[in-house]
Amino acid sequence: MKLVKFTKKGIYCIPGKFYLDPWLPVDFAIISHGHADHARNGMKYYLCQTDSKAILKHRLGADIQIESLNYNEPRSVNGVQVSFHPAGHVIGSAQIRLEYKGFVVVFTGDYKVKNDHLTIPFEPIKCHEFITESTFGLPIYNWLPEAQLQQQMQDWVLKNQSHNRTSVFLGYSLGKAQRIMKLMEGVDKMYVHSAIHNLNKAIEGSGIPLPQTELLNYDFKKEDLQNKIVIMPPGLLGSKLLKKIPNAATAICSGWMQIRGNRRWQAVDAGFAVSDHADWNGLLSAVKASEAEKVYVTHGSQASFSKYLNEIGIPSAEVKTEYGTEEDDKEVVTEKKEAL
Amino acid sequence: MKHFSELISAIEITNKTNSKIDALVDYLKAAPEKDKLWIITLFTGKRPSRPVKTTLMRQWCMEITGYPEWLFLESYSSVGDLGETIALMLPDPTHIIEKPLSVWMEELIALRPKSDSDKKAYVLNAWSGMEMQERLIFNKLIGGSFRIGVSKKTLVNALSKYSGIDANQLMHSIIGNWDINSISFEDLIQGEHINYDNSKPYPFCLAYALEKELPELGNPEEWQVEYKWDGIRGQIVKRNGEIFIWSRGEELVTSQFPELVSAMETFEEDFVIDGEILALKDNAVLLFNDLQKRLNRKNVSKKMLEEIPVGFYVYDVLEWNGQDMRTQPMTYRREILETLLASQILPNHILISEIITFNNWSELDAIRNQAREFNSEGLMLKQKSSPYHTGRKKGDWWKWKVDPLTIDAVMIYAQKGSGRRSSKYTDYTFAVKKDDGLVTVAKAYSGLTDVEITEISRFVNKNAIEKFGPVRTVKPELVFEIAFEGIALSNRHKSGVALRFPRILRWRRDKTVDQIDTIEQVKQLITNPT
Repeated sequence: MKLVKFTKKGIYCIPGKFYLDPWLPVDFAIISHGHADHARNGMKYYLCQTDSKAILKHRLGADIQIESLNYNEPRSVNGVQVSFHPAGHVIGSAQIRLEYKGFVVVFTGDYKVKNDHLTIPFEPIKCHEFITESTFGLPIYNWLPEAQLQQQMQDWVLKNQSHNRTSVFLGYSLGKAQRIMKLMEGVDKMYVHSAIHNLNKAIEGSGIPLPQTELLNYDFKKEDLQNKIVIMPPGLLGSKLLKKIPNAATAICSGWMQIRGNRRWQAVDAGFAVSDHADWNGLLSAVKASEAEKVYVTHGSQASFSKYLNEIGIPSAEVKTEYGTEEDDKEVVTEKKEAL
Repeated sequence: MKHFSELISAIEITNKTNSKIDALVDYLKAAPEKDKLWIITLFTGKRPSRPVKTTLMRQWCMEITGYPEWLFLESYSSVGDLGETIALMLPDPTHIIEKPLSVWMEELIALRPKSDSDKKAYVLNAWSGMEMQERLIFNKLIGGSFRIGVSKKTLVNALSKYSGIDANQLMHSIIGNWDINSISFEDLIQGEHINYDNSKPYPFCLAYALEKELPELGNPEEWQVEYKWDGIRGQIVKRNGEIFIWSRGEELVTSQFPELVSAMETFEEDFVIDGEILALKDNAVLLFNDLQKRLNRKNVSKKMLEEIPVGFYVYDVLEWNGQDMRTQPMTYRREILETLLASQILPNHILISEIITFNNWSELDAIRNQAREFNSEGLMLKQKSSPYHTGRKKGDWWKWKVDPLTIDAVMIYAQKGSGRRSSKYTDYTFAVKKDDGLVTVAKAYSGLTDVEITEISRFVNKNAIEKFGPVRTVKPELVFEIAFEGIALSNRHKSGVALRFPRILRWRRDKTVDQIDTIEQVKQLITNPT
C-alpha cells in the first residue's frame, strides 16, 4: 500500500490529502513540532499537538487557522486516522501516526529517546513504514546519561563562580533553552534573553510549568549578573550584549559539541553535548521498536544510517527533505533583529 | 590521569594563550613530581615512540563494536582524528582505572616490545576502564602527538609563571639534554644541567610594514636597503664553544639545522648574529614551502639534508667577543659584521645580506618588483644610524613587500580540515575558465575568517554531490580572489601553470561565475607581472 509519498512540497498523505511538515504552502498541514524548519508560514490550515499550539501561534502569527489534538487522541482526516504521540524532542513535539485500512505509517519529526524530565518521554510505536530523522546518525554520537551531563554542567558553573565569572549558556530558544533551565534548576538565579523569555511565556500560558527565570534586560546592572547563569540563543555569540556581561564564561550546548573539533572551532570556554535529538543508539532502538517493514531516513546522516540499516537487515531508503541538518542553524536571532 | 585529562580539556577549548598558561600553572601546582616531567616531555615532542600501530587500534575498535569498515571511515572523516573516533565509538566503560600519567607512560614504554596479543589485551582492558575523555587521552598517549596548541613557548611561559625563573633560561633547560629517570623536576627547571650564560638570546628587532611614500623617508643616503627573505628569522649565539640557534618565537631550534651549527664551529670568535634561515640550493633561495619540510622534525635525515639544504643570510651582529653591540649605529655594526665574516673563508651557505645600491627613491620600486624572480618577498629599509631595537619600533626599520598577483576563480571542490577545523570545509580547490568548461588552477586553505568558513561549509553541505568521504564536489558558484607570489608554466598541472603560495585574498560575493578569469588571462601573468 502507498499511504504517503515524498513530494516537492513535503511528505504527502495520498488518501488523506494532507502534508506532514511541508516546506511550501499547502491547504492542510500536520505539524510535528514548533521548530522553524518543520512549522512554516503560509499553510491554510494547521493541525498540531495541544502543547504546540501556543508555540505555533507565537511563531507563525495569532491569526493562523489551527486545530490541536492531545497525544493519543485520534482524528479522521478524509478517512485516514491521524494521531500524535510523544517524541520527546521539545515541548509539544509529536510523532505523527497515520492509519488507513489497517496500514500504519509513523513520521517521527525530530525526536529523542532519553528522558529529559521536561518533555513527555518518547513513545515507541509499531508500524509498517517508519519515517525517521537521522541528525546524529553516526556511531560517534552517543550522549551521556542526563545525570552525568547535569553534573558536568553544574561543576562548570561552580568553577566559574569560584573565579567570579558569569556562566552564559548558548542554546536555541525553543527546546534547548528550556532543557538548560531544567538542568540548571536550583543551581543559581537564571536570566534568559527576550527571545527565550517570550517563548517561555507562551509555553507557560498553555499550562506547562517551567523553572523560574528572569528576563535579561538590555540595561541590566553588572553586579546583578555576577556569578549568575544567563541563557541566550546561539546567534548572539560575539554580540555586544554578550560582551557587556561582566567576566562571562560561555558554553555552547549542542549535540555537535560531542566532537572536539567542533568545541574548539568556536571561540567559547566550554561545549556541552546537550541534544534534543536521538543519539546513534537511540535511533537504532526506535527503528527496531517500530518493527517496520520499511524505514525511510530523512535529514541528517541519511546516507550512512540508511546504508547501515540495510546491512543489518532492515530495508531502508534515504529521502531528501528540506528539514535542517544543522541543529543550531535552525534559529537565527541576531543583534540586528533585536534592534528592530 | 583524570587531572591530566582535565588539563587537556581546558587547553584545547581555548584559543587564548593566557588561559592555556593558567591551566598549565594550575596543573603544575597539583601534579606529582614525575607527572610534571612527563608534561614537559610530551609537550616538547620528546615523546617515546609509538608502542601500538594505528591499524591495530582501528581493527580492535571495529572488532569490539562490530561496525563495518565503511562506517568506521565515515565516522572518522566526521571527527578528523583517529584516537578520538575510537574513543567515541567504544561502548561505555565496565570499570574505572585511575593511574597517574607517569605510570601510564611507563606501562606504554614497557608495552612496545611485547607481542600483538599482549598489546591487545592491555589496550582493550584500558579502553573498557575509562570514560570517553580519558580514553581519548590514552589513545593520544599511544600516538604521542599532542597537537593541542601548546607550543614550547607556551609551556615555557607557564613554567616561568609557576617558578619565577626566566623564560629563555627555561627554554634552554627543557631543550637541553636531560633524562627523565635521572633528574628531578626542580633541578631541571633550575637548569642544573645547563649553562644559561652561554645560550642567552637577545630580543629580536622587528619592522613594521611601510606605511608612507618613499620620499617621506628623507634622504636616500641615510637608508640601507636589503632584500627581505621569507624564511625563519634566527639568532645564532656562539659563546665559549657552544652554539645555539633561536627562532623568532624564542624557541631553540639548534638541532634542526646541523649544517648551520657545523659552519659556526669554524669561527674562533664568540658572537651573536641575526639573520634568516633559508632553504638554499645551488646558490638559489628555495620557497618557504620547501623549508617547511625541514621544520619540527625530531631527526633530520641525511636524505633531507641533501634534498633541502639550509643556509643563513646574516643581517646584523648583536654581540661581538662578549660585547653588546646593539646600541651602536647600524653602519658600525655592519662593518664589524663584514670584518667577522671576512675573517675566514665562508662556507657557501653562510652569506651576508646584500646591500642594494640605488641612487634615488624612484629606482627602488622596480627593484622591489623584480625581487619575486629569486624568491625574495620584497625589500627592507633600515635607517643607517639606527640601533638594534628591542622588539617592534616604528620609524627606523620598514618592510616593503612585493604586491601579490591575483586572479578571480571559482570554488569547485571542498574538503574538511583537520584538528580544530575538522568539522568545517576549509580546504578548497579553485578553477578558472577553459574553453567551455573549467580547469583547476589552485588549492588554498587560508585567508578566510571563521564566519566565512562556516557560511561556505553550509553552502557545501547544501550543494555537495558526493555523500561519503572527505571531498565534496560543489556547484561552481562561489567566486574568490586568489593571490599568489609567482606563476610558472608547468607540465605537471592540467592547467599548464603552477602558482606559488596561492591563498584566498577575499570572497567576491559581488561576482558570479561568468566573471572569473580564463586560463589564457592567467597565463598572461607569466610574461606580464603587474
